Amino acid sequence: MTASLFLVIAGAVLVAAGLYLFLERSLMRILAGLLLAGNGVNLLFMAVSGPARLAPFVEDATEQSAISDPLPQAMVLTAIVISLATCVFLLALSYRSFQLDGHDEVADDIEDAIVRRRAEADLTSATFDEAEEGVDHDTDLAEAEAEAQAAAAEAEQHGDAGAGNTDEEEGAR
Amino acid sequence: MIEVNQLLPLPVLLPLIGAGFALAFGRVRSAQRLISSVTLTLVLIVAGILLWVADSEGAQVLWLGAWPEGLGIMLVADRLSVLMLVVSSIVTLSVLVFAARSDMDEGREKAPVSIFHPTYLVLTAGISNAFLSGDLFNLFVGFEMLLFASYVLLTLGAPRERVRSGSTYVVVSLFSSILFLLAIVFVYGAAGTVNFAQLAERLPQLDPGVQLVIQLMLLVVFGIKAAVFPLSAWLPDSYPTAPASVTAVFAGLLTKVGIYAIIRVQTLFFPHSPLTDPLLWIALATMVIGILGALAQNEIKRLLSFTLISHIGYMLFGIALSSEAGLGAAIFYVAHHIFIQTAMFLVAALIERAGGSTRLDRLGGLASNTILAVMFFIPALNLGGVPPFSGFLGKVALIEAGVTLDTWVIWIVIGGAIVTSLLTLMAVLRIWNMAFWRPLPEDAEAPNRRLPVDWLFSAGALVGVTVGITFLAGPIIEFTERAAADIFADAYLTAVADAIRAVGL
Repeated sequence: MTASLFLVIAGAVLVAAGLYLFLERSLMRILAGLLLAGNGVNLLFMAVSGPARLAPFVEDATEQSAISDPLPQAMVLTAIVISLATCVFLLALSYRSFQLDGHDEVADDIEDAIVRRRAEADLTSATFDEAEEGVDHDTDLAEAEAEAQAAAAEAEQHGDAGAGNTDEEEGAR
Repeated sequence: MIEVNQLLPLPVLLPLIGAGFALAFGRVRSAQRLISSVTLTLVLIVAGILLWVADSEGAQVLWLGAWPEGLGIMLVADRLSVLMLVVSSIVTLSVLVFAARSDMDEGREKAPVSIFHPTYLVLTAGISNAFLSGDLFNLFVGFEMLLFASYVLLTLGAPRERVRSGSTYVVVSLFSSILFLLAIVFVYGAAGTVNFAQLAERLPQLDPGVQLVIQLMLLVVFGIKAAVFPLSAWLPDSYPTAPASVTAVFAGLLTKVGIYAIIRVQTLFFPHSPLTDPLLWIALATMVIGILGALAQNEIKRLLSFTLISHIGYMLFGIALSSEAGLGAAIFYVAHHIFIQTAMFLVAALIERAGGSTRLDRLGGLASNTILAVMFFIPALNLGGVPPFSGFLGKVALIEAGVTLDTWVIWIVIGGAIVTSLLTLMAVLRIWNMAFWRPLPEDAEAPNRRLPVDWLFSAGALVGVTVGITFLAGPIIEFTERAAADIFADAYLTAVADAIRAVGL
């Protein structure tokens, strides 16, 4: 099998660019990255299917070697359909995120931030022997929690949106 | 005369057809519920028939579309895949009862048509497709079906919490999908086929370096899906915020689809390169770090998500041993863990209902609710590996399989497994102490104690199944050992070769 070097290079560049965009926080950039990487992989499929030949209609009259390999084409078609659906879903998700928070960034997890702050403040876990400890300790915990949530809010780039987050979480309890 | 293998597409087709009807009756809630439950019951029946046939007559194979060899899609049901199929259909059916209710509680009024049922059915179809698939690309399609359904279910109703956690999940899953597609390109470029059976013949003839690249790529892809340690960080951030029933199914099933794929890849494609030592270390890290994460949590669903990651380590341990006993034990552990994890999450939803929260510092005094307490305590002990239960039996089988191989790495992993088991017990008993045993904290809200009967029934049924597995552990372990023996006897390849000859291609 011979592969076209041009297709391989183009595919590799697209995948690399796509993966770079994947590292961004904004869903729109991630979407752009996904489309680039997806098309890059599709090009690689074309590369592995060998040089272009006749359209792959399986008939008795045609020589098997005269037609191009139909399998990668079928796979690429499926992959294109899937990436279209992904694109639509990500657009909707990104729009919804924009509607709620005014931005479309993938945020840090709040509970994670709380646990992290506790560790930094050298406090025991919220579920550790609480019943036996004094009132003082309890307020410590409450303070640390409030602090951690504030920090989680700050950690997000848009301070006001983050605060809204924690507010709703409080409300939900 | 209809051949039995003609039943093979049904577990995929029925839910998809059902999803269409459920969408068409989007405004009639009762019709939707009827459609979903009938469909999933039919799938369970078909899966049961396939289980019986595959066990008594050997693996069933079906080439779809009668294309020349190498072009068509192949469905294969050997003992391993039908076992997974039966387990998954029992779980999806029993969670459906639960979901029909939460569907009413959550997100319904916000969505124009009720999308829960159609999406849930597509999820089921995707899971079945992944288990039955006989080629790598169809496996990819199965994964995409279940992933897309999971994106929708995870962000159901799209409140702020779920959009945030859903974004993490979607981005990680999309990344793994791209990687999977890239791996398929490599495989096709190297071997010229994506069919499992043909790959099993051709991959070992390749250059060892190329083989290793392909193996590692596939392991990374499935490791992300299965939440194996360094690739597991997405799971506890995304699962807990979904609706209760959805979390239960995801936690029970989706990671196990990844484990199933790892078993297939390791045993079919790379039986000569088991990567025992690296996988053992990864298994150890998954177990220990997962459970340490669980101990730090204050929220029941997050705690359970971390125990889920931790117990994936046990299955990986069994796979890494790459012995018949190890694989048999791993398959048993997968089946056991699907039920137990789903049951635990359903009970967590009941706790949320009864106590008004899943945060441990806001719960207390639930032991007065006897049914709930019993329903929590039994699967909790089971998960922690306390002797009479199936969790203990699965761990003993794994450790036994490890001991026979007797290398120092395995002894370290066995030590880790025992410590993890004890720490799991500690983590679930902490839930017990905080939520059930101690009195309600003074500043907590007055709980809402009403528990819907159908929730109790559905969660109770799954708890019953986990107890049932304990009683039927003998026959089930025998079955999983036969499934493992099949894998080592290349029964899969023989069945596929026979089927190809029978079609006359």
